[in-house]
Formats: sequence, structure tokens, C-alpha cells
Amino acid sequence: MKSEEPASYEEAAELLRGAAADGRPVRFRGGGTKLGWGRPIPEPDLELCTGALDRVLEHNAGDFTAVLQAGVPLAVAQAAFASAGQMLALDPPLSPWGGAGDDTALDAADAGATIGGIVATADSGPLRHKYGGVRDLVVGVTVVLSDGTIARAGGKVIKNVAGYDLGKLFAGAFGTLGLIAEVTVRLHPRPARTATVVARSSDPAQLAAAAAALAHAPLEADSLDLWWDAFPVEDFQTETGVGLRPGPASGSGAVLARFASADPFPRAEEATALLRRIGDADMPVEIDDDDQACWDAQRTAQRSDVVVKVSALPAALPASMAAAQALGGTLVARAGLGLAWIQLPVCASTGGGGAGRADAPAQAGRTDARGEPGALDAAVVAEAVEELRRRLAPAPCVLLDAPAEVRARLDPWGGETGPVTLMRKVKERFDPAGVCAPGLFVGGI
Amino acid sequence: MRGPVPIGELVSICGPERVITEHAALRTYESDGLLQYAVVPAAAVLPDSADEVAAVVAACHRTGVPWVARGSGTGLSGGSLPVEGGVVISLSRMRRILEVDLDNQRILVEPGVTNAQISAAVGPTHFYPPDPSSQVICSIGGNVAENSGGVHCFKYGFTTNWVVGCEVVLPDGSTTVLGGAFGELDRPGYDLLGAFVGSEGTLGVATKIWLRVTPAPEATRTVVAYFNTPEEAGQVVSDIVSAGVVPGAMEIMDKLAIAATEAATHAGNPLDAGALLIVELDGSESECDARFDEVVRFCEANGATGVRIAASEDERALIWKARKAAFAAMGRISPNFYVQDGVIPRTRLPQALRRIEDLGVEYGLRVANVFHAGDGNLHPLVLFDAAVAGEAERAEELAGRIVEVCVDEGGSLTGEHGIGVDKKRYMPKMFSEADLATFQRLRCAFDPEGMANPGKVMPTPRLCGEVPGPYRQHPLEAAGLIDRL
Repeated sequence: MKSEEPASYEEAAELLRGAAADGRPVRFRGGGTKLGWGRPIPEPDLELCTGALDRVLEHNAGDFTAVLQAGVPLAVAQAAFASAGQMLALDPPLSPWGGAGDDTALDAADAGATIGGIVATADSGPLRHKYGGVRDLVVGVTVVLSDGTIARAGGKVIKNVAGYDLGKLFAGAFGTLGLIAEVTVRLHPRPARTATVVARSSDPAQLAAAAAALAHAPLEADSLDLWWDAFPVEDFQTETGVGLRPGPASGSGAVLARFASADPFPRAEEATALLRRIGDADMPVEIDDDDQACWDAQRTAQRSDVVVKVSALPAALPASMAAAQALGGTLVARAGLGLAWIQLPVCASTGGGGAGRADAPAQAGRTDARGEPGALDAAVVAEAVEELRRRLAPAPCVLLDAPAEVRARLDPWGGETGPVTLMRKVKERFDPAGVCAPGLFVGGI
Repeated sequence: MRGPVPIGELVSICGPERVITEHAALRTYESDGLLQYAVVPAAAVLPDSADEVAAVVAACHRTGVPWVARGSGTGLSGGSLPVEGGVVISLSRMRRILEVDLDNQRILVEPGVTNAQISAAVGPTHFYPPDPSSQVICSIGGNVAENSGGVHCFKYGFTTNWVVGCEVVLPDGSTTVLGGAFGELDRPGYDLLGAFVGSEGTLGVATKIWLRVTPAPEATRTVVAYFNTPEEAGQVVSDIVSAGVVPGAMEIMDKLAIAATEAATHAGNPLDAGALLIVELDGSESECDARFDEVVRFCEANGATGVRIAASEDERALIWKARKAAFAAMGRISPNFYVQDGVIPRTRLPQALRRIEDLGVEYGLRVANVFHAGDGNLHPLVLFDAAVAGEAERAEELAGRIVEVCVDEGGSLTGEHGIGVDKKRYMPKMFSEADLATFQRLRCAFDPEGMANPGKVMPTPRLCGEVPGPYRQHPLEAAGLIDRL
């Protein structure tokens, strides 16, 4: 596989046109954090890396917009926005979330996911609850098609209905329609302070009720998440060191609601009072005002060895938790939206091991441990994914992270859900040569 | 290949009483809210179900007859202007609310349901935020086609941010679901729903629509402040936003707009004010209280000559009455007026207003300004007298120059009214030929024959070529004489 790093959109267009003329498949690469997603396909002939398209072209602080080239790591852009008290309200995993003056994220080489890759995969994090996803924050896009066309859609203002909204079409298209070269995004004020209400319980029904109550309260939380661990483990002292054993409960979890503003505490206290009314002593509620770690844990838990993303309605959360419990997995969910990420254990053993959240912060009240890794049994894992799909049907369950052996045994997308015939027609119009990541997408597009 | 309208088939689908072919009756459909344009269609049908819509579209497809879907006909860009010799599909009979699911904060409706009925159906605990000022009449199907906005969209977003799924009849008469099949987010596949919303009826017609709704705010605080100039009011808006405050609505009216609305509503706004700014905070009681003083301070710091805080729901209603009546109120001060809709980056407000004022002087016409200040969406109202020879044409030209100013300042041709027929000639000001050709690729994927609302959005008629065949192995490669590198 040849790898190229075009320094301009024209150069990218030239490379793409050349590949299309010869029928050579191409894939696009940003930070390389999600290369395994989608259907397994043969290694393409050409990899177009966006590393040289790495400029923040505009940050219009007064207008709360920015123009970013695809290869800009999100963390780098966030650092620039933070210095103006602003943020791009996108916090997917594998992109460090630093504050103003926090330069740990500034080295592009370790800065994780790029904006181009995040848009192409429509990845998101807990901020989606209030601010929407990629589709809601991208207001303009410049794309390069396989016939060498460089085209723009949308604009630089947050309100605009001129022309077709191709930004949404390319968001989440996994690079199968062409290269996203540049995006214009809407920014938001970076909250001065945040406070997170955490309610813990080992009763899934109680957690679901707590999440529903918060989702229906007019408190305007920035994020509303839930997590559930099927097999919380705790460590104990042995003669030779620290060992692991199943925790006292079979499954435990928490609901987290984050409030942000100059003074988030009145709303956090209202939320606390609301939760105390519906819960009892079994559901301790507390306010965490140093809450970055617990949200980083929520983000991080969206990625693991085997992760299935569930697109359901909020009322299906108990079913998703029950499925995670039955399969020995761990779940994080955007409770108000109905989206959940279920980590499945990679080893065939049941209980004790599992996918426990090594990153879980101590203040969230969970043990900080992970089971011993077992040998991968691809057939067992693939069957667990299918079992999850059966249990949660008709909710789409997309296999995101998984070892190649697992991926080869099933369709990561879960079959042809939706108007695949129409999608093929769109693909044929935008990439008539069929060279942009062929076979990777839904329905083998 | 365009054939005659298959009247007999339409009658067999919808019944004779729901197929209109008499010229006088068809004139009901000759225009939408933009009366400058009028075309009488060959027929209008009023289907009662998604199946009937699909059958009508299939009949049109088979016979090569263009069609235009129409909701309540309140659009302001000629988006549902009929096509000569074509069929109008009126969705006004399809106004059933199919499912209210407050547990999941979703509602499933037919396209003819009005925008206001949706909030009513999920209230008082919830509401549907996009609120175009025609919300009592305009249909949700039309809102989806136009990606409608309203005064609350700076905080809450536009139609496209609230639609989670649509059952759509495609131009070949087939039915499919775009987006969530049962109201869920993130269905795998291309976001065709995102492309469909705001496509102005050129990709198909929605027959069922899933929407998200959100908890109704606990509290609302409304203030109106008066200034010597719109620029001062604009600066308050910038200060509010920079401070991290996100009001539910921020609206500015200039002196001429105040004069017109006072004549119409007697809301008590001073006629000597150069501009007024309405700021409405909504949300939790504690958050509104905390931020409201800040908003009032920003007004005072920027030279407010007066600040009026709504002390009751009646006072709040009066403040909004003036603003919501702004377009219609122009009739009080001018025989005719033209509503423009452009967007600028908010920081360009002073420059844009100066240029609009200069243009008004150049054309010898008055321009009143009303705008959604948070998102930079301007509604300049060009006043004219159609009885004066040439004035209507001058007004139209001036309105065009104004929207070019918006694009020139880094903004857009339209923020919420759409391109329709009215603005398609300006599209090349905002988009290159490559951009337009790329839009056309999407159109061709959905509607290769160009039967759905032809003549809208695109500046010039375009045809769809055949799709080039898929990649085939080169004969030399097959023969082993060359390799793929």
C-alpha cells in the first residue's frame, strides 16, 4: 500500500483522480484511531493521509465559528478555542479533552483523532446530549471526489438553508463518498464551571428511572449518561499480592448528569433533590464538582477490544442494561438519546473477568481493576454480538471495535438496515469509479 | 419525455372529489406565500394516505409528469410554486398525529399537521422548538422541506436538528424510510435524512415524520431594551453571547420596523428609538434568575435609553405581539413590501446595515430591518408602491442587491425561507459551478428524471447523465501484462 500526504486540496484531487483512472482503491486516514471500523476489506492500494492538511484556517471567535482542515487533531483545535473561552462541543473518545493553557494535547503526533476522521465516522461523546452530534455542529464542508472535483456545501454561518446539506451526507459516510478536506463548525461558549450529579445503584430499573426523570426535567443538563458493569470486580489482598474477585453485587452502575454555567450548583442541587425523591437509601446521590475524570471514563468506555453501539429509544435502556448483564459486558449510554456502547468480554469465561472499566474513577465508587485477559475465542464473541442483536431487535447494533477474527464472522453493520438501494445510487453518483473505501460501508458499499 | 397528466388514474387513486382540474379551483394553488409568482397547475390532488401519495407519484413517474408537493402554502421563496402542466400534491388532508410517545420524547405525525399542533400535542410538559412565525398555519411537511427556523433556533436549533426519521415517497413512486425507523438516532448508513431535510421538495415527499421534543422550560424572562442605533443593540447581543449566556431568543427591530409595528399593535414601544432588542431567557428558574441581571447590565452598558422587563405573561405577550406582527405590519406604512431573508456572520452587522442603508438611498426606497440577532439572520423589508411604474422591479432588484451583500460579508443567501424559484438566480454568487454540479449528483441519485419540484433551487435546468459503469478490470491487467500498483 502506497501512502501519500497531500499538502493541498488540489494535490488530493490529483491523487484521487489518478487512483480512480486506474481503478485503485483508496482509503483516507486522519489520526488512525478508527481504522478497524466498518466491514473488513482488503488493504487498499493507496492511503491518503490528511497529516499535511493540518491548519486551523479561521477561528472567528466573535461569530463562534471555525474553519478547520481535515487533518487538524480535535484536541489541537480545542486548545485554540479554549484560549478564547470557547469549545467545539464534540468530545468523542481518543481525543484528549484539555483546558485553556493545557498543552498536553498540542503535540499533533499524539493528539489522537482528527476532525476529518471524527466527521467521517460521526463519532461523538457525552456532550451530544445537549449540543447534538457531528451532523448538528458542522455548518460547511469542502470535499474532494474521486473524479477530482473539489466542492463546497453549506457556509460559514450557523443558519443557512442555501443548497443541499452535503455536510450531513458526508458525516458518517466513512470516506466512501470522497475525502472530507475541510469543515466549518459551530462553536459554543466553554462553561465557566461544571458540576456532576452522580447516583449509584445496583438496581438497573432504579437507574433507568433516575435517568428518565432527569431527561424529563427542565434542567438543561449538558450531558446525561449512564453506566452499568455486569461484573464489578474488587481487589483483595492475597499472600502474594493483589487478587481479583467478583464484587458483592451482580452488576452495578450509575447515572451522571452534568450541569454547566457560571453557577451550575443550583441545578445540580435540584437534580439531587429529584433523584432522592425517586430513589431511596439504595441509591446514594452526590455532587462532584471536580468531574472531568468521570466524564473521561464515560468517553473512554466507548472504545475497547469489542464494542457494540446500540441505537435504541431511551425507554429501551433497561433492555440494553439487561443484555449487557447477561453477556457479562459493560455499558455506557447517552441516557436521554437512547444510544449505548456495550463492551463485551473477549474471553470466553463468564463472570469475574469481563470488560470492567479499568479507567473508572475512584469517586464514582467502583473498583479499579480489570480481569485477567483470556484467550480470544472469536466464535464465542461473534455469537455474543449476534445474541445482543437478537435481544435488542429492532434496534441497530453496530460492531465498532473488534479483532479481525471476530469481524470476519459477521457483518459489523448488522445487515442492510435502511434504504441501501438508494445509498448505492448516492455512492454511484459521488464516487462513480467506486474507489473510495469500496466494501467498507453498510451493504458492502 | 413529458406526457399528459393521467387524470383518470389520479381519479381512480384519490376519487373524483379529491382531484381538481377546473381552472378556477386550481387557482387556489397557483402561488405560495410569495405572490409575485403564479403558475396554474394541470391538476391538484389531495391524497388521504401515504399509499395514495405513493400511487400518485408512481403515476406521474410512469407518465413523465412533474409534480410539486404542497403543505399549507406559506413558503416565502416560491418553493411550492406549481409547474406548468404538472400536478400539485396537497398534503392538507394528511393531518393526523399518529403517536405521542412522551416517555421517549418523540412524536410521529403526518406532513399536514401544523407546527403549532405539535407543541400543543406534547404540552404542557414538552414542546417542539422550531417556531416559524407562520407556525399556526404552516405544516410540518413544509418545515421539513424548507428546514424551517424561527425565533428560538439560536438556542434550540432548526428543523433538521429535531427530525429523527421520515417515511418518504421517492420520485419513482417507491416508499422508503430515511433516518430512524422507529424514532431512534444513528441508524447505520448514509445520513440521507440530513440531506433530505431542507431539500425543498426536490428529492421526494415525506408522508410520516418522527420528531424529537424537549421538556418545556420551567421559567421565561423577557426584556425589551431601546437604543439609538441597531449597532448598539447588536453589540449587546455579542456581549451576551461572549459571556456564555444563550438566550432562547434575541430579536432586533430598527426604527422603521418599530413605527410599523406600533401602528399595527400599539405595544407601547417609543417611536423615537433607533432600535429595540428583545432578549428572552428560558430554562430553569435558578439559571434564568442568575443570568437575567447580567443581560440587563449589558443593555445598560451599551447605551440603552430604556429597559422594559415583562412583569407578567400579558406583558410578555405584548412584547412578542409587536415582533411577530412585523412583516404584516409593513402594510401600515407601505402599499407593498418584499420580505428578504439573508444571513451574515453576526460580527458583520454594522457593515451590513450600513451597506443596506446606502443601497436604500441608491434605489430611493425605504428598507425596514427585523432580525434574528443571535444567528445573524436578517429580514430586510423593502417597501414599495406597485402602483408606481417600475417601483416593483426596483424593489426586487434592491432585495437582490441586499442578499448579495450578505453573501459578500461571508453569509448566506437564505437562513430559513429557502432558495425556491425566487433566489435560484443568485446561487452562483454563493456556489461555484463545481459546487452546483455536486449538488446535482445528490438530486440525480434520488430523482434522475427530475420530476420532483423541477425548476427550484438550481439556477439553470440540469439533466442527469447515466451513471458510469463500475470499475472493470483493464484487458491488459486481465492478460497479466500490467499490475495494479
